[in-house]
Amino acid sequence: MKNINIKDYSKYVDEKIPKTNYFKNSFRAFIVGGLICTLGQGITNYFNSIGLNNEEVSTVTAIILVFLGAFFTGLGLYDKLGKFAGGGSIVPITGFANSIVSPAMEYKKEGYVLGVSAKMFSIAGPVLVYGYGSAVIYGLLYFLFTK
Amino acid sequence: MDYLKAFIVGGLICIIGQILIDSTKLTSAHILVSFVTAGVILTAIGIYEPIVSFAGAGATVPLPGFGYSLAKGAVKAVKESGLIGVFTGGITATAGGVSGAIVFGYIMAIIFDPKTKS
Amino acid sequence: MAIKKMGNQTVKFSNPPSIISTASIVGPKEGEGPLKDYFDIVLEDDLYGESTWEKSESKLQKKSVNNALNKASLSLSEIDYIFGGDLLNQIIASGYSARDLQIPFFGLYGACSTMAESLSLGAMIVDGGYADKVVCVTSSHFSSAERQYRFPLELGNQRSLSAQWTVTGAGASILSSNGNGPYITHVTTGKIIDPGIKDVFNMGAAMAPAAVDTIITHFNDTGFAIDDYDYIVTGDLAAIGKDILLDMTKEEGLDLTEKYKDCGLEIFDNEKQDTHAGGSGCGCSATVFNGYLYNLLINRKINRILLVATGALHSPTSTQQGESIPGIAHAVSICTNIS
Repeated sequence: MKNINIKDYSKYVDEKIPKTNYFKNSFRAFIVGGLICTLGQGITNYFNSIGLNNEEVSTVTAIILVFLGAFFTGLGLYDKLGKFAGGGSIVPITGFANSIVSPAMEYKKEGYVLGVSAKMFSIAGPVLVYGYGSAVIYGLLYFLFTK
Repeated sequence: MDYLKAFIVGGLICIIGQILIDSTKLTSAHILVSFVTAGVILTAIGIYEPIVSFAGAGATVPLPGFGYSLAKGAVKAVKESGLIGVFTGGITATAGGVSGAIVFGYIMAIIFDPKTKS
Repeated sequence: MAIKKMGNQTVKFSNPPSIISTASIVGPKEGEGPLKDYFDIVLEDDLYGESTWEKSESKLQKKSVNNALNKASLSLSEIDYIFGGDLLNQIIASGYSARDLQIPFFGLYGACSTMAESLSLGAMIVDGGYADKVVCVTSSHFSSAERQYRFPLELGNQRSLSAQWTVTGAGASILSSNGNGPYITHVTTGKIIDPGIKDVFNMGAAMAPAAVDTIITHFNDTGFAIDDYDYIVTGDLAAIGKDILLDMTKEEGLDLTEKYKDCGLEIFDNEKQDTHAGGSGCGCSATVFNGYLYNLLINRKINRILLVATGALHSPTSTQQGESIPGIAHAVSICTNIS
């Protein structure tokens, strides 16, 4: 067989890959993501109406949505929603909960310390590292330049 | 009206995520990391605050909203306690959601088993 | 002197071993596919009564070996060696099944090419006079492969359109120095070909050039013509790999269009079963060969096939380190008569 030119081959292969339907995928992501946010708005409005302050409201809203994401992952429904909605169910905070619960469940057989507890951070861990890391950098810059 | 705003803005943020998934090789882990970090940066340069005041949950429920809480928390804590606040602010502001995710995650993992896909 | 060697990479057997019995067992999804009537056992639950996916996969292997023995009215003690492999780290599905079977064991790793690798080595041992009867067995399991190579089952992400679906199943063949066929007449062992593909959701493209190389070498070494074969069957190139293989062989002057099949495209109905590009895994060629193709051979619906199982020899570690995916393909020539 002739030698393969890696660049040409990769270009040739890219043409063989079925084309993604961007419109359909984006539409589904929009609807599902929008609905999850609307649910969040409902929870926010409710807790505002019973007199919680803004910070309390945003914390309670996050906790409730995280619970729902975790619960539907446990029921085995969130992966089906994700298959349909993609970014629509990955990007909301419920998707963050899914990324914690799914590996935690998956690795139960490997034990409760090195299985469930270690693996639950396989995706969420990097999110916390970069999230907290960038918040500390921002805080430091704010501290240095506003004093 | 605030429901419609939340729906549209939240949906649009999710579309950005979807397009990134479809057009790059990024996994959902990469998407989550970059959206949270983007939320911190956009808040720092003053872009995300107006979106939050316009769209409410439409901007706080998607993961850039998590970054928004982190950044807001950092600033608040720096104002209150200076250099110590740099380290405590972000984690304090998001403690509820993260603790919730850990505790619920652990409980769900004990109760439920993963099912195979079909 | 290697008197049985032919050409560069091929062995021609002087006493071609006979495949006297086979068995196949598949999961529920494979049992709904187009080949459902050809499998011996279709599971209703792919945990198979076990507590983990890994144990379930091991049990699939053990069951298919026992089943193949029963069909030939043989007992475990009559088998000299078992050649087994799977996709899991340290091939534990094979190791644990061989622990229970208590047959002298050679563990093999050739990724999804392992069925052809085990048939190749098994046939060489039998033809060489080192054994009278050997078992070749391989397995894969969707859920055990998914957690090792990809993502947790409950993670809500979308599968890439070029991705393949790991087959849950195992297949076993018993080779014997005596028998009435079908016979393994030639074996062409593949070299690793790495076309530089790094996308683990496009295995077909990573493996197709290796299959092309092995097929061309086979024809050059043996002097066979395409028309000597009824089917030329690759393991799991699936939709994208199939296109590439047909293009590339045509460029080399071989038109396989009429004779070509791929196990990964036979086992699922991609449209109805939403398996994207098609099936993959050691269990793919193992179940399609030991179930479907063996059936066609013993019923004389076809007389000669070239089974070219294809493997992608990467690991999650090499992928994370940015290495490309090395492909391999082994060809086994199987014929119903050797007059």
